[in-house]
Amino acid sequence: MDQQRPETSVVSSASFAPVNTPAPRSDFLKVDNFNFYYGKKQALYGINMEIPERQVTAFIGPSGCGKSTLLRNFNRMNELIDGVHHEGDILLNGRSIYDKAIEVIALRRSIGMVFQKSNPFPKSIYENIVYSLRIAGVNSRGILDESVERSLRGAALWEEVKDRLHDSALGLSGGQMQRLCIARAIANRPEVLLMDEPCSALDPIATAKVEDLIHELKKEFTIVIVTHNMQQATRCSDKTAFFYLGKLIEFDETQKIFTNPSEKQTEDYITGRFG
Amino acid sequence: MSSAIATPEKPVHKDFFHKAREARSGFRSLVNRVLSVLCVTLAFLALIPLLSIIFLVLKKGLPLLNWSVFTELPPAAGQVGGGFGNAVVGTLLMVGVALVLATPFGILSAIYVNEYAPYSRLANAVRFVAKLLTGIPSIICGVFAYAVIVLTTGGFSAWAGGFALAILILPTILLTAEQALIGVSKAYREASYGLGATNFQTIWRIVLPDALPAMMTGIMLAVARAAGETAPLIFTALFSQYWIQSLKEPTASLSVLIYNFSTVPFPHQIQMAWTASLVLVILVTIANISAQIVFRKK
Repeated sequence: MDQQRPETSVVSSASFAPVNTPAPRSDFLKVDNFNFYYGKKQALYGINMEIPERQVTAFIGPSGCGKSTLLRNFNRMNELIDGVHHEGDILLNGRSIYDKAIEVIALRRSIGMVFQKSNPFPKSIYENIVYSLRIAGVNSRGILDESVERSLRGAALWEEVKDRLHDSALGLSGGQMQRLCIARAIANRPEVLLMDEPCSALDPIATAKVEDLIHELKKEFTIVIVTHNMQQATRCSDKTAFFYLGKLIEFDETQKIFTNPSEKQTEDYITGRFG
Repeated sequence: MSSAIATPEKPVHKDFFHKAREARSGFRSLVNRVLSVLCVTLAFLALIPLLSIIFLVLKKGLPLLNWSVFTELPPAAGQVGGGFGNAVVGTLLMVGVALVLATPFGILSAIYVNEYAPYSRLANAVRFVAKLLTGIPSIICGVFAYAVIVLTTGGFSAWAGGFALAILILPTILLTAEQALIGVSKAYREASYGLGATNFQTIWRIVLPDALPAMMTGIMLAVARAAGETAPLIFTALFSQYWIQSLKEPTASLSVLIYNFSTVPFPHQIQMAWTASLVLVILVTIANISAQIVFRKK
């Protein structure tokens, strides 16, 4: 299975027509001349990119290059930090995420996020999954039960935890916790799944499981993944964006970026000459 | 170990590291041992006054401790027998009033200060005043409550006593609650906001449950302090020889009883003051342990 993944992802990116879906947008998530500032310090410079629907897009680049910053703008998590501001626009499915009519909490429901360090709540596995439903006011036992099973199956965790759904989530292993966080993020059916270095704290086996999962999830979700692991980007992404010093240097098919990049900087980075 | 560091091709490194280690290691491990012994000794020394207080209170208080001290009223001067049931009730009531008044203010202020506007001027002002108030002598709380409640309502009362104690413990509750909130992992908040929770939902469903045990520790510290305070109560609740009938009348308390009885020349009363001290210690301990059991992290 592990050996096959790079091939399949390349194939699907080449054909660019995922299975059983009505015409996916090539600009599902569109970044339009986007600048971002922490206080006076500019972190992103004039980013323009179009992230395709139901594909996996990887963000790579050295630490501090702005890839996480951009990721955290997609669901406006950066606004939790004091003194930030932005210029330009980000559009989800043709609509600005800064639209006054869209509440930020609604935006975050349609754009789920998985963090670098798995962060399950100190609650039961069950309550972790249904959190997003409970805060949306869903309390019907049937809906919650169904959502728990579907999300855990979706995150390939159901078989491992189905007999201890009401045990604390903190008793899971590191890899299981991260898959639980993925299950929690997909519980309320977001359109986009943002992953901020989801495997950086996992061992190779758990990483392989999460990568398999990413491959499964892209049938339903648009996935953006930040990674420091170049092999991971080649294994599981369709398109790759290379960032450097707050600028988007190159954004293309993953295969092209890693075999025949147009920019010198990209080539230097992926061949390990810097960064 | 040294062979693991050095490579065979460069014996000079092996030699260098080896010598450097040898030269200082004897001295370093000696310093290490001396400091360890010093820390353990000082820890035991710190325990001595604590243990001797408990020993003394047990030794002097136990002889008179029986059920009737909880059911009977204090003996008149020079008389034998009796108890301090009204003082136990009074202390429980006034500490209860203080908690009911101070806990909501303390915790809600802490939530505002830490969750809603941590860097605002108001938050900084609240923090500064709270820190200032923790150092304020308790007698000043008594005088303040005397001026605000006793003089305006026309008499000493349990309300006034509870109010004075509330002022006294409010900063403790506020500051420990803020520390408890700071202690909640940022990752939990991020996860909650990331799932589309509002500020209120995040605080109510994630932050508060996680901070609760630490907050309870702060509240229990406050209870222990309030239960033992004498000065604020002398100005506000005064004392009473009788069972409490309403919160609007002068009320007995253990701490004031201990103060009164330990200053009279009658051996029985003095002994009863010791027993009251023991009861006070036991009550605070019970409150502390039960709070820890009820609110411990699961």
